[in-house]
Amino acid sequence: MTAQVITVTSGKGGVGKTTAVANLATALAADGKKVVCIDGDIGLRNLDVILGLENRIVYDIVDVIEGRCKLKQAMIRDKHYPDLHLIPAAQTRDKNAVSPSDMIRICKDLRPDTDFVIIDSPAGIERGFRNSIAAADRVLVVTNPEVSAVRDADRVVGILEAEEKGSPSLILNRLNPALVRNNDMLSAEDVLDLLGIQLIGIVPEDEAVIIGSNRGAPVVTDSRSRAGQAFRNIAKRLQGQEVPFMDLEQQNVLWSAIQRLTGRK
Amino acid sequence: MFNLFGKKRSAESAKDRLQLVLVHDRTDLTPAQLESLKNDLLKAISNYIDIDPEAVQIGLERDGRSQRLVADIPLRGVSRHRAG
Repeated sequence: MTAQVITVTSGKGGVGKTTAVANLATALAADGKKVVCIDGDIGLRNLDVILGLENRIVYDIVDVIEGRCKLKQAMIRDKHYPDLHLIPAAQTRDKNAVSPSDMIRICKDLRPDTDFVIIDSPAGIERGFRNSIAAADRVLVVTNPEVSAVRDADRVVGILEAEEKGSPSLILNRLNPALVRNNDMLSAEDVLDLLGIQLIGIVPEDEAVIIGSNRGAPVVTDSRSRAGQAFRNIAKRLQGQEVPFMDLEQQNVLWSAIQRLTGRK
Repeated sequence: MFNLFGKKRSAESAKDRLQLVLVHDRTDLTPAQLESLKNDLLKAISNYIDIDPEAVQIGLERDGRSQRLVADIPLRGVSRHRAG
């Protein structure tokens, strides 16, 4: 077994990187894969709360790098999936405590016993981002259908090309099908045409995502959630399976009809 | 695409604006620099052939992830010299 290292990045903050990492890691673990996710956002750690593991942290990635603990000791096991682990970011240290070669070394140590290493990159295009892409075999760029998020995603894609990391795949997050139908939101086709990269998934806007993060239970564990379904599909595509893209439009026409009938806005 | 008041729907504005912004971001060329490039080009070409500066169109275009500088420069009265 040798792991595939996947980095999730975006340029702009707040577009759903951490949510995507938590959900993809959980979905892959639910499919029986051995998964380790790494929080690359030193000083602003969050993957732990999204996964509901914040109370279990003893050591973090900087403790591993500075030799205060073994790699295994910093790997926190998930509550539900024993083959899902988190290596948390340090909350107090400055971000220069980690270098690209540290990340490459940690991933090298993880590769033999893991199927997927998923790295949550911080926003921006500076040190933490550089660290996060250093060991990546594959990069996923998350964006929202909004001008600022698409513009920043394009900058990141440009940097990845310049660094010869290969062409990344796009996760279009928080698409609102009703707004798209009304021509008041960029469509998936628009965003793909603008960015010129391949698509790996479209995640519809879904309240269940917030409810999931409130509980520390990623939305992929909610079988009725549309966003959960979208993330489960992306996880299958990461495993090399061909999964057709969801028909967001049809679902939403039905949903708007129900909302009209029941008098909700 | 257009509503009752003839105003563009916002998705269309978003795409049009992004198209322009991305081309300039990717080439690291501001609209002002592009304008000065255009003027320099026109000056250089005018040294050799007669052109109508008003009819010239020079702009950056997007083709997937690559950019190209496209110039359409109609020549003035060249064919007359060749005739006969």
